[in-house]
Amino acid sequence: MSIDLKYGVPTVCLHTSMFLTVTKSVVRMNGAPQMRQVYLPHPVMGKTHEEIKAYVFGISPVSGKSVMQEVVEGLTQPLNEQDRKGLTFARTTPRLCEPATEEALQQQFLDNNWTDKLPVVLPTLERVAAMLKHTSRKPDDVVGHHAATHFREEWECTVEQVAVNAVMAGARPEYFPVILAIASTGASARGSSTSSMAGMVVVNGPIRKQIAMNAGTGAMGPYNQANATIGRAFGLLSQNLQGGSVPGDTFMGSMGNALAYASPTFAENEERSPWEPLHVQRGFKADQSVVSVFIGMRHMAFTLGLRHAHWRDHLRNLMRGMDPNESPTFLLDPIAARLFQDVGGLKTKKDLINWICENGRMPAGEYWDYQLIQNYQYPRATFGEEPLASKLKAKPDEMIPMWTPEQVNVVVVGGETNGYWRIAGARLAASACVDDWR
Amino acid sequence: MQDQMVVHNPMGYPPKVSGKPLAPRLDTLNGRTVYLVDCRFDDSDILLKSVQAWFTEHMPAVKTVYKPISSVYTKDDPATWQEIKEKGDAAIVGVGH
Repeated sequence: MSIDLKYGVPTVCLHTSMFLTVTKSVVRMNGAPQMRQVYLPHPVMGKTHEEIKAYVFGISPVSGKSVMQEVVEGLTQPLNEQDRKGLTFARTTPRLCEPATEEALQQQFLDNNWTDKLPVVLPTLERVAAMLKHTSRKPDDVVGHHAATHFREEWECTVEQVAVNAVMAGARPEYFPVILAIASTGASARGSSTSSMAGMVVVNGPIRKQIAMNAGTGAMGPYNQANATIGRAFGLLSQNLQGGSVPGDTFMGSMGNALAYASPTFAENEERSPWEPLHVQRGFKADQSVVSVFIGMRHMAFTLGLRHAHWRDHLRNLMRGMDPNESPTFLLDPIAARLFQDVGGLKTKKDLINWICENGRMPAGEYWDYQLIQNYQYPRATFGEEPLASKLKAKPDEMIPMWTPEQVNVVVVGGETNGYWRIAGARLAASACVDDWR
Repeated sequence: MQDQMVVHNPMGYPPKVSGKPLAPRLDTLNGRTVYLVDCRFDDSDILLKSVQAWFTEHMPAVKTVYKPISSVYTKDDPATWQEIKEKGDAAIVGVGH
């Protein structure tokens, strides 16, 4: 769009038909009533050269016209008045809904895609006011901006709007500073990626105990009100404060992701961890309360314990099961963390992270052939960005590292019922101090 | 009859959208330079090279330049856009999605 709307070069955009609604919508949000967009059959990925050529030389499944005829016409047919004027409009968000019965309002929230399709706590004036009492911030203070994806418009949100979503999630008012801190990062638990991402939040510091969060047995499951409702609030505020998360428009995740119901939110088990907590690693003081927000979580791998003979092989196998474009976040029960020290000889978190980066390798030929690596890493490598550029020089059978230490995180969580550990494919997007929102 | 309730709207504030005109179109592509911009996503290179093949076959008077963007599609690429503005007459952007 920039080439046409900003640089003044007549442009035609080629899309696949699956993206008809979203691409039309994005154009309108960028100030054009329509652009010259031509639609091909879907998908392109994985098709042979001959098949893709047939798409280009063939008929558009959207217009029924020749694809290239539309392309040529898109570059040469004169603009109409609307094209020359652009599209200017302002939308408003009313503070309140029209009064209605509880049943009607639940249906309205459902129909407007304001929920996660589960019943919500209706955000009455009294409930929202109670939430607002747990922050010193004013209701109309701006908390941050959210977007469903980088090419969509950013929406703005206030303290009161975050409170509304916190109420809907069932959060208790004393959780509110944590939820505000999450919202302030601008990270979305409802990213529009076709890969179907979920969010995750790790909470550190005194706030964990002040609001009775769970870092022990069942911390990542549905067994603690704070964990459960703060995570749900992260999901609801993401979708409502970014302008929606509607399949086919503001959400394009092909398969969906059950982890997105919860946006797993839990406290790190700092007391039972042999290592420094995540927020201290991130430069905060131990007595500060901090949220660390992860995005892009699609799955978790797991295993039990560290066996003396083959733990290295087991760990390498788990890592090879991941897409190398993911960022691994290791979630270790305290027993497992101590096993990494005692059996693995990895005395610090840094030792473990370095071991992961040194041993998480695959042949260069395989690495560069992953589709997501082609999409997101290969372009950067070809333009000289290190360390990717050096990786690109490796011979196809040379074992190259999948990750750098900056991409790897380690969090200790769990109640020591056994020494399980997991690897979540989740990228740490941002950390924010909860104390700033009290 | 159930009581009426007053509740908050949970949506955030959308930005104001300011209209932007489309770039003027060309009267003809013959003798013009058309950049084929590869967004480097899901085999978009094959897609754009097929577009190039179509021009070679059907409109040989059009000069095409295959141009991959400088990084990933999530990043703006002003250097490439500027090059197209200075050296090209039109662009076809292929997302390959």
